[in-house]
Amino acid sequence: MAEATEIKIKGTRRGLSITLGEGDWQQLLRELDVRLGQADTFFQGSQVNLHTGKRDIEQQELEELISILANHNIELVSLQTSSEFAAEAAQALGVKLALPEPISTQPGIRALTEDPSEGLLLRRTLRSGQSLQHTGHVVIIGDVNPGAEIIAGGDVVVWGKLRGMVHAGALGDNEAIVCALELTPTQLRIGSYIAISPSEKRSKGIQPEVASVLDGRIVAKPWSGK
Amino acid sequence: MSGRVITITSGKGGVGKTTITANLAVALALLGRHVTAIDADIGLRNLDVIMGMESRIIYDIVDVVEGRCHLYQALIRDKRLPGLHLLPASQTHDKTAVNAEDMVAICQELKGDNDFVLIDSPAGIEHGFQNAISGADEIIIVTTPEVSAVRSADRIIGLIEATGKGPGRLIINRLKPAMVRRGDMLDTFDVIEFLAIELLGVAPEDEAIIVAANRGIPLAYEQSTPASRAFHNIARRLLGEEVPFMSIFEQPDSILNRLRRLMHLK
Repeated sequence: MAEATEIKIKGTRRGLSITLGEGDWQQLLRELDVRLGQADTFFQGSQVNLHTGKRDIEQQELEELISILANHNIELVSLQTSSEFAAEAAQALGVKLALPEPISTQPGIRALTEDPSEGLLLRRTLRSGQSLQHTGHVVIIGDVNPGAEIIAGGDVVVWGKLRGMVHAGALGDNEAIVCALELTPTQLRIGSYIAISPSEKRSKGIQPEVASVLDGRIVAKPWSGK
Repeated sequence: MSGRVITITSGKGGVGKTTITANLAVALALLGRHVTAIDADIGLRNLDVIMGMESRIIYDIVDVVEGRCHLYQALIRDKRLPGLHLLPASQTHDKTAVNAEDMVAICQELKGDNDFVLIDSPAGIEHGFQNAISGADEIIIVTTPEVSAVRSADRIIGLIEATGKGPGRLIINRLKPAMVRRGDMLDTFDVIEFLAIELLGVAPEDEAIIVAANRGIPLAYEQSTPASRAFHNIARRLLGEEVPFMSIFEQPDSILNRLRRLMHLK
């Protein structure tokens, strides 16, 4: 059944994540109703983060969705959308817009891709006060200065000095990694873990490193090149 | 004549924006250029004090914007240098009294009669700063070799890049060569490496600056002190000259210098 692929329901740390893809809205809603009905007790009382991509949604359409969710005793807590039209509809209904947004609203940062599931490549230095938020992987060619932050759903690669704050796997992925030519972040977060760089200055030559979660801690290791 | 509008800004306060604005204005005027300095720090003016013009203010920038006088009535001419003028800030209004369009209009008008219009920006990243850069063709960022000032400069450079006015050029002010030599202060390379923008000049910490401020005569009138020479070098670089950076800041201490200092001290 081809339509089935247009609805994705996932459990995440923050609750239920529902992605509605292309296709006729009414048909999507009917199908969602059926799928939620199949596992009614499982979804009972869940909170939902809805992803609708670029789709423009009328306020009335969103209301229909909310009432279907309510029938299954599910609450819509946030909407993640790249459509301003849909964002307005959500705000009119008091539905929060979810972070991380695919495109940062901070001055000077533009996303080079519209699709939040794609990786984001940025060829510039992120300066203090600039924030980059992206649901996918992030690659920076340049430095990330102290006071700048990157929040990514996936991995973060910095071809340069990483001295700001980075949160990889921000949607709950503890498997995410962070690597940089010089890995000295103010703070490093992977999934639900937080670490700070060792305060002593490294006397040895600085080398590329990869950070990941190992046995419940964030560990940085030299890039072996293997 | 269509001059260049250059805004001098920093983010952090106390790094020497006003001192540098006043001294660059004087140095450029001494080189025969027509210069108008604008104090954009409305409500907290002090460029007039540094330039020794406080007692001669009749109208200020807010009077111009609100139509109480013509722009040229508010300009104060320097007593020694006929090519140097100041447009003072108001002390009784706040930064909302002037908006970006007003600033652009003033800059456009002054550009016609000046080679350089130098704008002294207020500290901070809010309204006043946004106004100060709105009319700028070029931007100079001032920092001191301190971590807090360098971080602020980084933030400011990001904001300037967002407006499309380029990253700007950098002046490192109040550098203490002795401290750099001891390794207790960031040196020029550290700062440049961090901020990654073009260096326009380095000025040393100089007690004569304070004396000059007290007298209301910018140091750049005379070239006798290291800081004054640094300001003149920056002015010449602004005019497109290739001026080498003064060696004392960049070179490691030589044995000869150390010996000299020892003998001097003892």
